[in-house]
Amino acid sequence: MAENLHQTGRWQRPSRLPSRWRESGPVWWAVFSMPVLLFLAIPVLLLFFEVRPADLWMQLGSEQTRQAVVISMKTSLISLAIILLLGTPLAYLTGRFQFRGRAVLETLIDLPTVLPPSVAGLALLLAFGRRGLLGAPLNDLGLQIAFTQAAVVGAQVFVAGSLYIRSAAIGFALIDPEILEASQLDGASTLQQLRHVVLPLSRYALLSGAVMSWSRALGEFGATILFAGNLPGRTQTMPLAIYLGFESSLESAVALSILLVLLSSLALLGVRWLSRGRMD
Amino acid sequence: MRWSPALLLLLALAACAGSSPDSREVTVFAAASLREPFTALAETFEAQHPGVRVTFNFAGSQALAQQLNAGAAADVFASADARQMDWAVEGGSVADGSAAVIAHNRLVVILPPENPAGIQRLADLARPGVRVVVGAEDVPAGAYARQWLDQAAQDPAHGEAFRDQVLANVVSLEESVAAIRTKVLLGEADAGVVYASDTAGQDLLTIEIPAGQNVQASYYIAPVLAGPQPDLARAFIDFVLSAEGQRILAESGLIPAGETGE
Repeated sequence: MAENLHQTGRWQRPSRLPSRWRESGPVWWAVFSMPVLLFLAIPVLLLFFEVRPADLWMQLGSEQTRQAVVISMKTSLISLAIILLLGTPLAYLTGRFQFRGRAVLETLIDLPTVLPPSVAGLALLLAFGRRGLLGAPLNDLGLQIAFTQAAVVGAQVFVAGSLYIRSAAIGFALIDPEILEASQLDGASTLQQLRHVVLPLSRYALLSGAVMSWSRALGEFGATILFAGNLPGRTQTMPLAIYLGFESSLESAVALSILLVLLSSLALLGVRWLSRGRMD
Repeated sequence: MRWSPALLLLLALAACAGSSPDSREVTVFAAASLREPFTALAETFEAQHPGVRVTFNFAGSQALAQQLNAGAAADVFASADARQMDWAVEGGSVADGSAAVIAHNRLVVILPPENPAGIQRLADLARPGVRVVVGAEDVPAGAYARQWLDQAAQDPAHGEAFRDQVLANVVSLEESVAAIRTKVLLGEADAGVVYASDTAGQDLLTIEIPAGQNVQASYYIAPVLAGPQPDLARAFIDFVLSAEGQRILAESGLIPAGETGE
């Protein structure tokens, strides 16, 4: 978006600064950007030198590692589906309507992004645990949530949902009301409007929000270990396997870390690629 | 002289990175199950050594050994089993032969006070549907729990299937005894396997494991090589091994080092 503004000439640097400042090129900014860039890049890159490629493949093939990858993929995709299905109405409500209490609602939605995941895990355990206000009646019905994959999904939805909801709300808010009015005049039903106008116009915001939520769900750790526990083959996701692998087998922990770095980078690149299509 | 932001930043980082040399602080990495006795020990130790502060890092012994081998700054390492102490020796964090036994412990089975699964005896742990939590295999309490199950399976009273049936009931492998106890206290798990000393002062039901099947868990202590306060490390270890230190450990339900033969 910044590029567009720049091309139309509305985005210019203030010209009242002293000339030596006005003329300073990106070189100095690059020099002073180095500390943060190196601090971010070096540890991540060094992960790749911790294991030889052949060992990496072997580690990823081990039973416990494979199980963790499968559980992570399965639960994060289920979480994403739930977030999309249940988060979209909420995003539309907060994105397109002004009403009393909207600020409170938005704060509530944003809360999990700043809350420590351990707080989320504890809150979920106390609510949905066997003695919890919501967990006790469920338990009487024979539904146990703690220590199951449902708890893994619950932790992921709780922690990752807000990223999609916020992104989608911004996307919905940017749709020109006149377009919606026009489609209404043409006799489009709410569902037709949603399918042919709202979703296509906000698809970038929806997709990038979905990718961000998915990667956050994939990396969920703190809430999961408290709420879902740690059992290989049932609730042990990749981050949990890394934490316990760190203590027993550093190689498998590094292998899983590399996999997560690659997946997360791909997800972020995907968001960039999607946004490029929108910019031109 | 004006303080440039960069200089302030460096000073702030330095303040975070380590304590100044004249603050007398001894850093002890100790097994999670030693939290209560060691906190009591430290109070007396600090009273006897004015100006000295004992700082603890309590976690699963396997996590502590890994942190030490990765270069964490500590003066004393207290492990809940020999395996993790050996690992610290292999990693170059602790000198070979410098570890001493400070106390012993035994396992018990703990239940939430309302006992939701109606467990009356150890055999009930094998009943399908009972939710059991134990330590992960690398956590000393988890390794000991598996040793106990191996021995129990030899006992005709339980039968050979006992071990596998109990392990099939395990719903979570926790990273420390503290995490096991919390999940039982909250009533999320029906039963957990922890040390006898973990139950002191807690609102929990316990089932004793017969002495013939029980394992003898041994705690080891050693000074950390290249620790910043070697003199204080020695003083702290000597205090733990002294008659007074052993008395404090015994008050928390640990078995003093001298009382059970090695």
